[in-house]
Amino acid sequence: MLAEIFLVARKDLRVERRAKIALGQVAPLALLILMVFAFALDANTSLLERGAGGLYWLAVLYGGTLLIQRSFDVETDDGNMDALRMSAIGMPSLFLGKALALFVQITVLELILGPGILLLYNVGVVDWVLLIAAAIAGTVAFSVCGVLWGAMSAGLRVRATLLPLLLVPVLAPVLLAGSRAFETALGVRAGAGWTWAGLMFVIAAVHTALGLGAFGFLLEEG
Amino acid sequence: MPVANSGAKMTATLITRVLGVSALAATGLMAVLGLVISPPDVVQGEAVRMLYIHVPSIWIAYGGFALTSISSILFLRRSRRRPDQGRHYDRLAGSAAEVGVVFTAITLITGMLWGKVTWGTYWQWDARLTTTVLLFVTYLGYLALRRLPAEPAVRSRRAAVMALISFINVPIVHYSVDWWRTLHQKASLSVGRRPEITGEMYWTLLYSALAVTILATWLIIHRYRVIRLEELRDEEGLEALIASRLNKDFGSH
Amino acid sequence: MSAVVEFEGVVCVAGSFPVLTGLDLRVDRGEILHVQGENGAGKTSLLRACAGLISVSSGKASVLGFDMRVDRKAPRRHIGLLGHENNLYRDLEVSKHVEFRAASVGARASDTAAALEKVRFPQQLWSVPIGSLSAGQRRKVAIASLLVGRPQLWLLDEPHAALDTESRKNLDAILIEASASGATIIFVSHESPVTKEIASRVITMDGGRITEDSGAG
Repeated sequence: MLAEIFLVARKDLRVERRAKIALGQVAPLALLILMVFAFALDANTSLLERGAGGLYWLAVLYGGTLLIQRSFDVETDDGNMDALRMSAIGMPSLFLGKALALFVQITVLELILGPGILLLYNVGVVDWVLLIAAAIAGTVAFSVCGVLWGAMSAGLRVRATLLPLLLVPVLAPVLLAGSRAFETALGVRAGAGWTWAGLMFVIAAVHTALGLGAFGFLLEEG
Repeated sequence: MPVANSGAKMTATLITRVLGVSALAATGLMAVLGLVISPPDVVQGEAVRMLYIHVPSIWIAYGGFALTSISSILFLRRSRRRPDQGRHYDRLAGSAAEVGVVFTAITLITGMLWGKVTWGTYWQWDARLTTTVLLFVTYLGYLALRRLPAEPAVRSRRAAVMALISFINVPIVHYSVDWWRTLHQKASLSVGRRPEITGEMYWTLLYSALAVTILATWLIIHRYRVIRLEELRDEEGLEALIASRLNKDFGSH
Repeated sequence: MSAVVEFEGVVCVAGSFPVLTGLDLRVDRGEILHVQGENGAGKTSLLRACAGLISVSSGKASVLGFDMRVDRKAPRRHIGLLGHENNLYRDLEVSKHVEFRAASVGARASDTAAALEKVRFPQQLWSVPIGSLSAGQRRKVAIASLLVGRPQLWLLDEPHAALDTESRKNLDAILIEASASGATIIFVSHESPVTKEIASRVITMDGGRITEDSGAG
């Protein structure tokens, strides 16, 4: 099963390395969003500093949604899903493999957004360990939910609008927890940063369990 | 188009007519009890009457969504190998979710009105209000998924998975938002704790819950039958199509 | 002879449209079956039903000994399906794609070179992304991706489409060789002059059923 997971993840990352959608298009767009938040808040440094955590995760949500969409467009293009259905790859492996590839891509996106908020919003990190733990927890939760809901809307004509509609309510707790944990790590709010990070790990675990059981139902046709 | 089973043509039967009349009478009595007979609250005054529609509505909504999830599990179990099996569970899941969404909307509207009267604003970033909005949007998404133009078997299966995940997600959303901020008064009625409302108000609330339950049951049964009729219409089209394709073959020989 | 495909009164429904309307078919091991018929006759649906991609709503159906009404996923890994689409990742390099398909059916990735050589895919293009290939070259990559998995049952929908005369002959040779080594081949084609030579049996479909069968009686 581990071999199958890596097979799928490696394939997805190789496709991405060739097409350069995440680095070439999504990451610059997400950076741009950090800029326009500053326009919206009239470059009010104290507001931007306090909101940096939340704005970071909003930018991740926006960029991540595009990456999730892309991850499944690759599979529905040219009937590739048929070949996956006919293959010996188990549905749980496919689920974890695609989630792993998405995790890597969103991490790359965050490695660009992270310095972005530090520079643009003039914030400093007071707790690096919490910041990194929260980023990892949030990204895992994001990737796992993303693959699950990406499959839910895959191959439908209205997927571009359906995916965000289905995804945002599910990711709302991750957004909430990620923002609060980051605020603590960035020193703008004293609070239970670690508990919020823990909550994100719980959300990730619950959705992983759900995905392992339900993924096969989502990709079968007829 | 001729209908094979004329009994299936209608959505009403004797039982549901009785149920419908009961629902009408029960909600009428609920209005009288809630608006006239029960006393105004010491603190909240007349605004407390909102309680009798607000609280039962969210109970029914949660009940509806629970029913959706249970039916979805049963549907996935039945249709796992045979996609043509277990469709009644799929219909039940859909009708219960529709009724759940309607009652969630009622809860939200009455909640906001109540908030305007007691808090002075329509909207507070209160935990339960926020959770309820997320719940509302989640199940609107579920209904959107159910209505998509796609292969019915694929659509039903995806919808069932979504219903299941969404329901498991409800406590997570509730817990995280609750933790974020809590302004709302504690749950009005809960097991093991003395209710904060007593006497006539207490009995009126319990009665309202009963009346709303009858109404919701009646609505779910009718929605179920309408969905069944829509499927029947499609199936008859199917039989006619097979027949016409076969006739065409005979004609060509 | 053992039956690879055994269908009795099979009805398949897509949405609310009957695509197969009570189809009877038995295909034995090693046969090369040519399916013909007008557009919309149900040829593609027959292939997808054999592959277990669409479910059988009534009748009896077994493929490679698996009852399709019990578990239609079971025979899939032993089947090579090529539809209208080529099932190619356009951003992957040719050899990486074929290696992925090989690994995904549990075959050896080291067979990739042999498969690409067999379909006569020019070696200088092996590391080129599939998106930059011509239609005919893509079809060859798709065939190589099937070949590498050594399927017991080949289901091909217009396999000769986009191929030139030389490549068609080469594909026919590949199919004959596969059949000789025990594989069963069912293919859909409109181009009977080219393909009649290799087919051991021809069936004609209309209205979701078989109306003529050269192997019957």
